[in-house]
Amino acid sequence: MVSAGVVLDLVSAGLLVAGGLFAVSGGLGLLRLPDFYTRVHAVGLTDSAGAGLILLGLLLQAPDWATAVRLVLILLFLLLTGPTATQALAQAARRDGVKIWLDGEPER
Amino acid sequence: MPTLTFLTAFLFGVLVATAVAITRIRALYVAAMLAALFSLVLASLFVLLDAPDVAFTEAAVGAGVSTVLFLSVLALTRSREAVTPRRKRWPATLAVLLAGGTLLFASQDLPPFGASDTPVQRHPVTGTYLVESTREIDIPNAVTAVLASYRGYDTLGELVVIFTAGVAVLLLLTRLPDPATPPGHPAGPPRGGVVLADYRVLRVVSKLLLPPILLFACYVLFHGEYGPGGGFQAGVILAAGVVLFGLVFGLDRARQVLPRPALLVLIAAGVLLYTGVGLAGLLLGGAFLDYDPLRPGGPPAGQHLGILLVETGVGITVAAVMTAVFFGFAGRGVSR
Amino acid sequence: MFLAGMVAVLVAMVLALARAFLGPGLYDRILAINMVGTKTVLFIAVGGFLFGRPAFLDIGLFYALVNFVATVAVLRLTHYRELGVLPREEPW
Repeated sequence: MVSAGVVLDLVSAGLLVAGGLFAVSGGLGLLRLPDFYTRVHAVGLTDSAGAGLILLGLLLQAPDWATAVRLVLILLFLLLTGPTATQALAQAARRDGVKIWLDGEPER
Repeated sequence: MPTLTFLTAFLFGVLVATAVAITRIRALYVAAMLAALFSLVLASLFVLLDAPDVAFTEAAVGAGVSTVLFLSVLALTRSREAVTPRRKRWPATLAVLLAGGTLLFASQDLPPFGASDTPVQRHPVTGTYLVESTREIDIPNAVTAVLASYRGYDTLGELVVIFTAGVAVLLLLTRLPDPATPPGHPAGPPRGGVVLADYRVLRVVSKLLLPPILLFACYVLFHGEYGPGGGFQAGVILAAGVVLFGLVFGLDRARQVLPRPALLVLIAAGVLLYTGVGLAGLLLGGAFLDYDPLRPGGPPAGQHLGILLVETGVGITVAAVMTAVFFGFAGRGVSR
Repeated sequence: MFLAGMVAVLVAMVLALARAFLGPGLYDRILAINMVGTKTVLFIAVGGFLFGRPAFLDIGLFYALVNFVATVAVLRLTHYRELGVLPREEPW
């Protein structure tokens, strides 16, 4: 019979690892993708996903209510402002005339 | 423990790389963003060194306010650094080598980090701050106890420095109304050009976020006795909220929320509150900035009230000064 | 387990920093620095658990706010091509 503590630890570890993988893949995408708009996709998606999973993993390990509430607040804040910032960035770049990369062009 | 050493070494490496990049890049917008990154990494280092209040302040000032001010200034001038001629580089190199060399030489005299016989461990004042403060002041955050009560006079001096800086910036940047334009006459296109209110997502999210930001500022102010935080950080958070509003909805609307006369009053109000608390202590029988007589319940109760009022004063002046400086810089509009 | 999360966050930070140093043009750098900001918030959160100090979460929340305001500030203050164009007045 597996105790609740071990199950909690396992789930937490799984969430942390998954979140870490998302974060690293976002970083890789930022370096390898060919132009600004594709990089915005990488960052916007993986920031929210990675941050959400890591913070959920930490939430399961929170020692008391105060820490748990703070974690939830950080989670909500990041989920709200991350995509907003990347959307505004992409729209600003579009208005400023940053060109979209087409297949076959050299990487910019 | 090796994890800590590895993390610290890694962050220092990042710090050095960022510093080198800032000096080499001549596009100043990029350099300003990298300076924000520098402050961010520095704040992480302070977190690792177990100094959360300092990390808070560094993140606030270095990565938040300084970046906004640098970018506002860059909007007013050319944004590409001119190449320094070779003959002017020698005095600068000499000055840097001299200053850096002196610091490195002086740091040899510092005791090893965390050793048990450093002056911090041996001096009786440490015992007073850490042990006696639980009896005399009774708040968990020793940093706030030292800052607001034991060294309250220093903090008053720092507040007056911030006040003076705000006044100086206002004196330099205030644009007097043009006597040729009669008041009430529209002055042309809104100063400051484009308004980010065109970006609907940003606008909605900013409107949603502003009340929680102001609430968070109040929380940091009142919670500064129990955790990292305090008046200065609360003031910066308040200013950040006003800056966000001004950036997204336009400076004219932000100026309607906080008109210039109100800002001028607020800048002075914080300093007056702090000095007033000090004088109240004097009038009630204690020394200047002695919080004990402020409340009849004995030392801890009076100290709590005194620290609260004093931190509020700091928060008000810091928020007002930073808002006024931001309005001053960003309101000059872009002239190219 | 926390250590693995911390390492992943640091690796992501280094990758984003590389883009901040390289990225041709301003917008790539703004994006990279925004990402480093979010990763720093995660670093502070995981670090708080790793070193047993949950009080760091206040700093993490605060830094998330500062990161957002700084990104918005850069957008507003570098958007210099659109100057002189009057914005459309939206009802709210």
